[in-house]
Amino acid sequence: MSDQQYRVILAKLGLDGHDRGIKVVARILRDAGMEVIYLGLRQTTGSIIAAAEEEDADAIGLSMHNAGHLTLGPKMTASLNDARLDIPLIIGGIVPDEDIEELLESGVAAVLGPGASAEEVVSTVRDAISARDET
Amino acid sequence: MKSSKETIPQLFEAALSGERRSLGKLLTLVERGGETADDVAGLAHRKAGNTHVIGITGAPGSGKSTLTGRLLELFSQTGHNSAVLAVDPSSPLTGGAILGDRIRMDDLTDENSFIRSMATRGHSGGLALAVPAAIQLFDAVGYKPVIIETVGVGQVEVDVAGAADTTVVVVTPGMGDAVQANKAGLLEVADIFVVNKSDRPGANDARRDLDLMLDLGHISGLEEKTGYRPPIIMANSLEGTGSQEIIEAIENHANHLKSSGSIKVRQDQRTLMEIQNRVELLIGTTAKETLSTEFGKAMINAVLNRETSPAQAAKSIVNSLLND
Repeated sequence: MSDQQYRVILAKLGLDGHDRGIKVVARILRDAGMEVIYLGLRQTTGSIIAAAEEEDADAIGLSMHNAGHLTLGPKMTASLNDARLDIPLIIGGIVPDEDIEELLESGVAAVLGPGASAEEVVSTVRDAISARDET
Repeated sequence: MKSSKETIPQLFEAALSGERRSLGKLLTLVERGGETADDVAGLAHRKAGNTHVIGITGAPGSGKSTLTGRLLELFSQTGHNSAVLAVDPSSPLTGGAILGDRIRMDDLTDENSFIRSMATRGHSGGLALAVPAAIQLFDAVGYKPVIIETVGVGQVEVDVAGAADTTVVVVTPGMGDAVQANKAGLLEVADIFVVNKSDRPGANDARRDLDLMLDLGHISGLEEKTGYRPPIIMANSLEGTGSQEIIEAIENHANHLKSSGSIKVRQDQRTLMEIQNRVELLIGTTAKETLSTEFGKAMINAVLNRETSPAQAAKSIVNSLLND
């Protein structure tokens, strides 16, 4: 059991029904001792922000499988900035290598692809949270 | 550790002025327990005492969250700011949890409502402190009503839901026959019964079994003692049917509590339970510490050598605590 109980929001933004991956990630994080607040499908930036405030989330994970990441990723970071919420955003799913840089530049903390192992998923989330806490 | 620059009184002031993020942070502090949690709970307690607490409980998958979402929607339409505390179990092995109650409520909520998910975190004692503190926070900030949703398994969960002003027990068709309905436990704490998924076969049987159980309460004299017979409401929360009746039943029950004076009895009971839980936790913690002192080790050895009994050793340890 980890001494620090991380609370992570997992959601899919907009019209994207591929939720197999996000369910696997939810389970990986749960089994690593984190509390996952599972929002599931068809969320909006507004509903994610509201959940992040009410749940006092330590990180937000967005699952993207519809090639919308370059539109929705920056939109989400912009919404977080507007709300003055300093919470790391991690994007997982199908993101071509050449798009990763652009996402990171827009303020996304990390990008996880289909090949990521359970350990990688957990350490990426942990690192993103501790990087934010150090600033 | 997430460093928040605001002090607790600052966060509390901000939460009182409607800042949701500050309320979210305070709830986290309450959840973590310890001195900080006590400070927050102390601030909240002074301002609390104005809300109506609704407990919603029932077996996993009976539709509690969906029903809660429907109630939020109706409360919001009538201008109420309601808050939900949705409690889900933590894994006893890893301490992790998947908190999936929001997913059933999100479509139906707006800025009038506040939903917070809480994991049981494996320590029932902690939950028994964190839940009342969280309710008092919502209360202090002005949420009316406050809904607490828990799975109806485990004594703490039943206690927590049973400590509400109005306890709604959700059952589904196929939960068992009339003998099950007469067993002591969850069904006894109900102020309102909801037969959810009422479109399913067996819904009327479930209703009849509950009705028969309540009839027996009539014969045994329980009903006369309380002056109240819990209503049974048929609902289909996916469709939203029955929700309005549930709200009316909650209002009726609240009125009954006021007119019969039992609201005072319930609140006294709740306060007593909260103090008792805290006393037990404090003594329990001190007792555990004592076990690792020289005196404690000597006691353990005496029991191991059959010089004294476990019961005698326990009494000696408690006496040593009281004499300190």
